[in-house]
Amino acid sequence: MAQVEKTRHLLLVYPHPDDESFGKAGTVILFTRAGTPATLICGTLGELGRNMGNPPIANRETLPKIRRKELEQACEILGISDLRLLGLRDKTVEFEDPERVADRIEAVIREVKPSILMTYYPGLGVHPDHDAMSNAAVIAVKRLPKEERPVIWGSAVVHEPEKILGEPDFVIDVSSVLEEKLAAMKAHRSQFSGIFARVEEALAAGGQAREEALRLLGTERYWVYRIDD
Amino acid sequence: MNRFVGDDVYLHLETTNGAYAAHRFGQPMAVCAYIRNGRVRFERAAIAGNRPYRVGLKMEQGWIYAEGLTDYEVDEKGRLLLAGHDDEGRLAVALQLSRTPWPMSALEEEA
Ligand SMILES: [Zn+2]
Repeated sequence: MAQVEKTRHLLLVYPHPDDESFGKAGTVILFTRAGTPATLICGTLGELGRNMGNPPIANRETLPKIRRKELEQACEILGISDLRLLGLRDKTVEFEDPERVADRIEAVIREVKPSILMTYYPGLGVHPDHDAMSNAAVIAVKRLPKEERPVIWGSAVVHEPEKILGEPDFVIDVSSVLEEKLAAMKAHRSQFSGIFARVEEALAAGGQAREEALRLLGTERYWVYRIDD
Repeated sequence: MNRFVGDDVYLHLETTNGAYAAHRFGQPMAVCAYIRNGRVRFERAAIAGNRPYRVGLKMEQGWIYAEGLTDYEVDEKGRLLLAGHDDEGRLAVALQLSRTPWPMSALEEEA
C-alpha cells in the first residue's frame, strides 16, 4: 500500500461529473486532507446520462443543471476548491479536435503547476469520453518541458487491467475515509441511486458480501502513465 | 404536439441503452443515436398506444417516429419533452420539440 502525502498540487482531468468520485474519491480526500490544493477539470456535465433518478427527478434538459449541483457538492466533500467546467458535450468529446481540448488543459496545468495529474489511463477508460479526455491530458503534458511534467496517475475501467498493465503502481488504502468517500459518491444521487441500493444491500448483508464490498471500496488503484519521448 | 404543426421546430430525438451497456450490463453492445436541433416541419402529429406510447410526426417528405415513450411534460419555456424510462428510471428514448434551439451546454443557457 502506498502512503498519501501532501504534494504541490493535484489536478484531476475527467469528462463527467462523478468520474472524480467513483473509484477515486478516497485518494482525493487523503490528498486534500494532507493539505494538497486540488483542481478539477470537468469536460462535460454528463448531459446524456441515462439515469434520471428513480422516480425520475430530472429530464434531458434539467439533468445537466442537477449534475452540476451534485458535482459542486461532491467537490466540497472531496476538498476540491477549484472547479473548471469546459462546457463540452457528453459523448462528443472524442469528436472534438484533441489539440484544442489539450490547449485548455495545458492552460490550467501552466497555471496551477500540478505535481500529480489524475485521469483515466489512456485507452482503458471504456467510455469514449474517458479516453478522449485522458488523451488530451497526455497531449497537454507532453507539451511541457520534462522537468515540469506532473506524474500521470491513470485509473482503468476495463475488467482485469492487470492483465494489460501489470500490477498497479499505487494501491491506496482509503478505508480511513470510507464514510467521506461514500458521501462524495452519494452526492451524485441522480446517477447512483441504483448502484447505492446494491452497495448498501451488500454492506447490510454482512458476511462475505460485506467483506467484498468493503474490500472493493477500501482500496483504489492507479497505474502511472509514462510518456516516452 | 399539434401546437407545433406547420411551424419550423427544433427536434431532439434520442435513443440509448447506455454507454456501459456492454461493459456492465452484459448486453451485446452499447447503442445510442441522437440528433439535437434538427430543424423540421411536420403536417400531422399523432400518438398511439397506452403507456408506453408511440409518436409519429408526418412531414411533407418523411416521418419522425419514436416508440417506448412513458412520460411527458411541457416545461416553463413551452417546450415539449417526451421520454421513455425503464423500470429503474433510466432514459431509453426521448423526443423533444421546441420553437427555439435546444442549448448545447447548460453553461450556455446561463450566460
Ligand atoms: Zn465518466
